[in-house]
Amino acid sequence: MAKRIDVQDLDIYYGKFKAVEGVSMRIEPRSVTAFIGPSGCGKSTVLRTLNRMHEVIPGASVDGQVLLDDKDLYAKDMDPVAVRRTIGMVFQRPNPFPTMSIFDNVAAGLRLNGVKNRKVLSETVERSLKGANLWNEVKDRLDKPGAGLSGGQQQRLCIARAIAVSPEVLLMDEPCSALDPISTLAIEDLIHEIKEKYTIVIVTHNMQQAARVSDRTAFFNLAATGKPGKLIEIDDTQKMFNRPSEKATEDYISGRFG
Amino acid sequence: MSASTPKQGRPDAAAEDVRTLEATPSCSATRVVERDAEPAGPAGNPRNEGASGHKSGGRAAADVAARIIMWGAFVLAVIPLVWILWSVVSNGLELVGSPRWWSDDAAGTSARRPGGGALHAIVGTLEMAAVTALIAVPIGVLTAVYLVEYGRGRLARLVSFMVDILTGVPSIVAGLFIYAFWVTTLGGQRIPFAATLSLVLLMIPVVVRSTEEMLKLVPNELREASFALGVPKWKTIVQVVLPTAFSGIVTGILLGLARVMGETAPLIILAPYTKYLQGDLFANLMATLPTMINDNRTEVTQAAIDRAWAASLTLILIILAFNLVGRLIARTSKVKA
Repeated sequence: MAKRIDVQDLDIYYGKFKAVEGVSMRIEPRSVTAFIGPSGCGKSTVLRTLNRMHEVIPGASVDGQVLLDDKDLYAKDMDPVAVRRTIGMVFQRPNPFPTMSIFDNVAAGLRLNGVKNRKVLSETVERSLKGANLWNEVKDRLDKPGAGLSGGQQQRLCIARAIAVSPEVLLMDEPCSALDPISTLAIEDLIHEIKEKYTIVIVTHNMQQAARVSDRTAFFNLAATGKPGKLIEIDDTQKMFNRPSEKATEDYISGRFG
Repeated sequence: MSASTPKQGRPDAAAEDVRTLEATPSCSATRVVERDAEPAGPAGNPRNEGASGHKSGGRAAADVAARIIMWGAFVLAVIPLVWILWSVVSNGLELVGSPRWWSDDAAGTSARRPGGGALHAIVGTLEMAAVTALIAVPIGVLTAVYLVEYGRGRLARLVSFMVDILTGVPSIVAGLFIYAFWVTTLGGQRIPFAATLSLVLLMIPVVVRSTEEMLKLVPNELREASFALGVPKWKTIVQVVLPTAFSGIVTGILLGLARVMGETAPLIILAPYTKYLQGDLFANLMATLPTMINDNRTEVTQAAIDRAWAASLTLILIILAFNLVGRLIARTSKVKA
């Protein structure tokens, strides 16, 4: 588990519009990498290219390379479905499947991929819910609808659902932006725990959160609206927040932006 | 939705209605509530104040005028509905209430001999509706899935355009089209199955449009969540999207069925009426409720007119029963909040 991601000279397009330009970075295994930057700078877009979710949007395309331990995710013979099995994703808004119970939500990834063995399923569900720090809260009501949980619980349910398929990498797109501070803390604690096992990339608008949870931070920015977003720099979080190499980074982090 | 302060009768209730109307197309019900709860509160407040007397003259007048127009339109719409219902029930109840109505066909009745049953027409209508649904539902639902989940570019626009055209086809044209196709071109007989085909033409666009709307209501986030688990697209559609939209799709199918069960023109053209119970879709004659109404309507005797009313009531009752069953099915939908 946990693999390294190398991004090489990545350009990302929506139709003809170039949304992100020339991103190269290395994302280390068993660590948390945070993407920060102003709205519209392409953080989420870059994140979505890492598991080929980007191309779900009609007209979207990518130029460049994304390597997962030296395997090119955008190679001709690479199946995007297989990529997404290896690289899981948690979204901004908790999105449990409304037709499914808590159990079924966590089992969904396995079940929809053809696992039928009940023992395997219930073991995986228990392990994943424990991994997402949700087991104790829901173990007595696994058959209740997943949409009936609180927002924070739903988000942890989504994390459990994502780690149930044993991915190598976990991508999180502003996972706490719809949550209250207590639930946010729960998710951040969870990130701390599971980074032993996974490579985690998290997009966040919350600078303190980036400082708290991440080992490395990448700062994205765009020159002006309508221009493509760019990676300004990526470095150890400590260094990024204390003495970044770029002035733009310092301005953004210290709130003197604009 | 209860974000606004104490309810003060109509205005607030009206405001809520508007909100639900605006909210409906955007997302699934649970999300709508979450998203709209905040802005809806303040928007509702001014009207609350208005009800307690702080309203300027112009706005008060506009409010009264709008209310009169709204209620007027509502009453105008309801009058004919109630009238129809009352006429049909009061004129048809006697025959519909007799056990023979449900157990016999109309053999032995004539313009001058009252009574008789409608079993032959009920069987015909249900049989045709079932076969129509059997053909139209898969085609309609799959077309909608194509349009929402796969369709891009010219082909999708063409299909969508065709569905629009089909929506506007009058039933008699559908009947004549099948007549031209089945009888004139293929040299076939006028058989109930041909009538069923024309009903299929009428039902498909209803199913496509309603299913399409329901599929669009399924939040994209659910599809993405499923993709992100490494689930292929077709499985996502079958296991996540369709179950989420299930109750709405069922409702749409029933609306479509209700429409075709009342169609008369294609049946007159392709499935001539008979007084006898005849359940073979490939035989020559078959009774249905609409053609039974039509057949009795042409007589001037009270006996026939009574039968026409009773057949109308029966048709309404059957469609009502379908709708109730549909509601029950929709309630078993697995979407839970």
